[in-house]
Amino acid sequence: MDLLQDISLALQEGNCEKIEVLVRQALSAQVFPKDVLDRGLIAGMNVIGEKYKNHEIFLPEVLLAAKAMYKGMDVLKPLFLKSGIPTLGRVVIGTVQGDIHDIGKNLVAIMLRGAGFDVLDLGKDVPAEKFVEVAVKEEARVIGMSALLTTTMSAMKEVVERLKKRGLDGKIKTIIGGAPVSADYARHIGADAYGYDSVNAVEWIRKLTAQS
Amino acid sequence: MRKLLERLAAGDVLVADGAMGTMLMERGLQAGQPPESFNLEHIDVLEEIGREYLSAGADIIQTNTFGASRLKLSQYSLEKQVAEINKNAVLAVKRAVAERAYVSGSCGPTGKFLKPYGDIEPQEMVDVFREQIGALVDAGVDIICIETMIDLQEATYAIKGARRISSSIPVMATMTFDHTPKGFYTVMGVGIEEAAKGLEIAGADVVGSNCGNGIENMILIAKEFKQYTKLPVIIQSNAGKPELEGDRAVYPETPDFMAVKARELISLGVSIIGGCCGTTPAHIRALRKAVDSSRD
Repeated sequence: MDLLQDISLALQEGNCEKIEVLVRQALSAQVFPKDVLDRGLIAGMNVIGEKYKNHEIFLPEVLLAAKAMYKGMDVLKPLFLKSGIPTLGRVVIGTVQGDIHDIGKNLVAIMLRGAGFDVLDLGKDVPAEKFVEVAVKEEARVIGMSALLTTTMSAMKEVVERLKKRGLDGKIKTIIGGAPVSADYARHIGADAYGYDSVNAVEWIRKLTAQS
Repeated sequence: MRKLLERLAAGDVLVADGAMGTMLMERGLQAGQPPESFNLEHIDVLEEIGREYLSAGADIIQTNTFGASRLKLSQYSLEKQVAEINKNAVLAVKRAVAERAYVSGSCGPTGKFLKPYGDIEPQEMVDVFREQIGALVDAGVDIICIETMIDLQEATYAIKGARRISSSIPVMATMTFDHTPKGFYTVMGVGIEEAAKGLEIAGADVVGSNCGNGIENMILIAKEFKQYTKLPVIIQSNAGKPELEGDRAVYPETPDFMAVKARELISLGVSIIGGCCGTTPAHIRALRKAVDSSRD
């Protein structure tokens, strides 16, 4: 039991070496991999998310915790080979076409993975058709789009419209985020949600995936 | 022209120019195109923008080189053209101002994180800035402006890069803060006290803040900077937070509004006042008036 708590704490400290050792220890002590994931790694990321939301910590601590989380997941992955790592659902995310700013988008990917979602990160400067294509092919439940520039946010509208045209609106949900956009803009273009920060985005995506 | 730092030491308040990106968009910059591509293809446009800000009354005109470090340019496969991109921008502004204003070499973040958060080694960061700032100085800038920084370590390496190039060129360094319930912090968690002291220790001559906030928050930020440093303070405010009108983002703060608020910056003892995102030559003209009338 304490081992899981230790894993969570090591993750919060961003201690990659310690995470690896502790995860291996837990596994050889016959702790279920799913418990290591949920009650160790994800529990730790939940604390990180909460602290980040409350401005108790900032981006550096989150980036270090994420590195530790990925380290821990790497150890777990072979054990989930048959079924894949259990997830809350698949989310396709990216920074929209014309925009190369990805700090915010990366942070959302971290928080989503930390919450137990399977994230397909398409990177930056992602064309509208690619969001839709990948989401359909990979059976994603949500598309998340980020923009920093006021000039690129209209690209989000195109994704929403493409989904509509293919009759996929409602089936594949959309969420947007980034400095220039807002809940009003999400409504205006017909997106399902607006996340004002990375933690809020995860909360919305939980709701969106619970509905469908 | 008298030397910048002498004028600031004598208590002069100077006006810096306004936004570059929006001016370029009005002149054909497309979404997804790097602003620095104009330095290769439309140098005349840079000159024209420089002239506009000069005639609006700016004492300091910035070069279009915010993203002209090789790390940033590599996102557009332009990393081999650092020297040319920086040089062309400087020469354009020099032609526009013809010694009637200071030419300030803009130097923004690389967009990459240092180790352990990212992959960049400290030495590489210093080299990247030294390369860009070397090109700016060779082309004849009067000032280096390291701006929109969120990581104090990266800002420090940029200042060090500048100092390796020239021990005498004035270096301004600004960071961008978010207003949190616990005060002003950069995305990387740098507070104003830490920023003011850290930038000073790193060797900056002028410190302050640009971008991220409208002018009312900037007044609060300036107040704190003045508390923690004796160096001259620079403030370059956005014209507020963009609001949406249909598909277009519009910056709400008018030239008159910013000019009225700028008087508070002047009475706080801020040395350089200019604009960032959303500001136009009209904003700079209004700031010029505010600064001039404060002398009477």
